[in-house]
Amino acid sequence: MAEQAIPGYKKWLEDIGEQGVFFSQFFRNIFKGGFEWSEFVRQCYEIGYKSFMLVGLTSFIMGMVLILQLRPSMVEMGAESMLPKTLAVSFIREMGPVITAIICAGKIASSIGAELGSMKVTEQIDAMEVSGANPTQYLVVTRILAVTLMVPILTLMGDVIGLFGGFLALNFTDDISFHLYFNKCIASLEFIDFLPAFIKTFFFGFAIGFVGCYKGFHSDKGTESVGLAANSAVVTASLWIFVIDAIAVQITSLLYYR
Amino acid sequence: MEETAVKHKEEARSSKHEVVVDIEHVSKSFGSKEVLKDITLKIKRGENVVVLGKSGEGKSVTIQCIVGLLTPDSGIVKVFGEEVAEMSNEELKELRTKVGFLFQSGALYDSMTVRENMEFPLTRVLKMKDQGEIDQRIEEVLDAVGLLEAIDKMPSDLSGGMRKRAGLARTMIVRPEIMLYDEPTTGLDPITSREISQLILQVQKKYKTTSVIITHDMECARITADRIVIMDDGEYIAEGSFDELKSSKDELVRSFFNETA
Ligand SMILES: Nc1ncnc2c1ncn2[C@@H]1O[C@H](COP(=O)(O)OP(=O)(O)OP(=O)(O)O)[C@@H](O)[C@H]1O
Ligand SMILES: [Mg+2]
Repeated sequence: MAEQAIPGYKKWLEDIGEQGVFFSQFFRNIFKGGFEWSEFVRQCYEIGYKSFMLVGLTSFIMGMVLILQLRPSMVEMGAESMLPKTLAVSFIREMGPVITAIICAGKIASSIGAELGSMKVTEQIDAMEVSGANPTQYLVVTRILAVTLMVPILTLMGDVIGLFGGFLALNFTDDISFHLYFNKCIASLEFIDFLPAFIKTFFFGFAIGFVGCYKGFHSDKGTESVGLAANSAVVTASLWIFVIDAIAVQITSLLYYR
Repeated sequence: MEETAVKHKEEARSSKHEVVVDIEHVSKSFGSKEVLKDITLKIKRGENVVVLGKSGEGKSVTIQCIVGLLTPDSGIVKVFGEEVAEMSNEELKELRTKVGFLFQSGALYDSMTVRENMEFPLTRVLKMKDQGEIDQRIEEVLDAVGLLEAIDKMPSDLSGGMRKRAGLARTMIVRPEIMLYDEPTTGLDPITSREISQLILQVQKKYKTTSVIITHDMECARITADRIVIMDDGEYIAEGSFDELKSSKDELVRSFFNETA
C-alpha cells in the first residue's frame, strides 16, 4: 500500500516543479524580445469574440435574478431604496468578476488546453521547437497575456450589463428612471469597491491562461489526452479562481478595513 | 592556439569525410522498456543514410536524440562535433536551425494556411524580412513538391499525401545542412513516393545536405541510399550499400528486401 502511495505523491511534486519551470519560462520569454504582436492581437480578438455573448447574457440574467431575489426581503425591511446600492456593491465586488472568470474558465481555458494539447499530440509543438522557433514565445506568452488582458475587459463589460439587467428587473415592479438608477448605483460605489475587484480580475485571467497553456503543453501523446487536458484545465482554473478570490478578499480587508 | 583550433575545425568542416553526426553507444529506455540498447552510427557530410527496421524499433527515437528532443540515458550524440546533451538553449537553437526534421505525421501547424506554414520558419528562425524574397522562396519550394495550387489552403483541406509533401517543403525551405526524414514516403502512392525520393536526392545534390532517411519503402531506400543500416532489437545488425545488403547471407536482413526482390 505504502509503495503505491509514493509514486502518486512524487508525481504531484513533479507536477508542481514542472509548473514552476513553465512559469519561469513564461516570464523569461516575455522580456526576451521578439514578442509576437499579431498572434497576441489575434488571440485577444478570439477570446473576446468567443466569450462576449456568454458573459453578457450570464451577467444580464444574474443582475436581474439578484434584484428579484433581494426585493422581497428588502421591501420587508423597508429598505427598498437600497436595492440599487446592494446590487451594485455585490455585483462589482464579487458577482461580476467571479461569474466572468468562471465562464472564461469554461470557455477559454478548455479551448486553450484542447488546442495546445492537440498540437502536442500531433507533434506540432515538437516541430516548432525542432525548427529552432520558440513555441513558448509564440503559443504560450501570447495566450497567457491575451487572457490576462481580456478577462478584466470582459468583467467591466459584464458589470455594466449586469447592472442594466438589475435595472430592468427593478422596472418590473417599481418605476425608476434609468438616470436615477445609474446615479444611485454609481454614488453607492466607492473607489475601494471597484479597485481591488478590478485588480483581482487580472489574476483570474492569468490563472485561466496559465492553467490552459500548462495543461495543453504537458498533455501526453495520445488522442484521449486532448480531452483530458481540456477537462483538467477547466477544473483546475475554476478552482484557482475561487482560491484567488478568497485570498483577494483577505488582502483587501487587511489593507482597508482594519 | 585558439585560432588554429578554429582553423582546424573549419578545415574539418569543409573536408568531405568529416563526420557530422556521431552517435556512440547510445541507449534509451522508456520506463522498463529498453528501446535503444547500444547504437553507434557515424554519418559523414553529404551522405544519405537510410535506416531500416521494424515498426516500434526506436528509429524515430534515434533521430529525436540527434536534435535534442530526447536525451539518451547513456552514450554520446555529437552533431558538428559538439555534444547535444551539453548544449545551452542558445546553442541548441543554433543547431536546430541547421538540422531539418521531417516528422512522421508531417506536423503542419493546423491553424495556419500552407503559405503561413512555410513563412513561419523563414520569419521566426531565419529572421528574413524582405517579403519579396520570402514569397519567392515559398513558391520555389512549393513548386518543387508540387503544391503550388494549394498555397492558400488550410492543412485540414489537404489530403494525407499533400500534407506529407507540405511538411517536407516546410523542412526544406530553410535549407538545413542535415535533413532527418522520418518516413517521408509512407502512405503515399508509388508514383508520388518515387517523386519524393527523387526530390530528396535532388536536395542532397543541390544543397550538399547530409540526410538520414527512416523508411519502410525499399524503392525509396534504393533511390536515396548511399548506405543502409538495419536496426533490430535496439541495435544495428547490418550495414552496407543496397546491393550488398540485398544479397546478404543473413535471413533477417534479406527479408527487408523481399518485397522488391
Ligand atoms: N516520448 C516517448 N515516451 C515513451 N515511449 C516512447 C516515446 N517515444 C517512443 N516511445 C516508445 O519507443 C518505442 C520506439 O518508438 P519509435 O517511434 O522510435 O519507433 P519506430 O521505430 O519509429 O517505429 P515506426 O516505424 O512505427 O515509426 C515504441 O515502443 C514507443 O512506444
Ligand atoms: Mg517512427
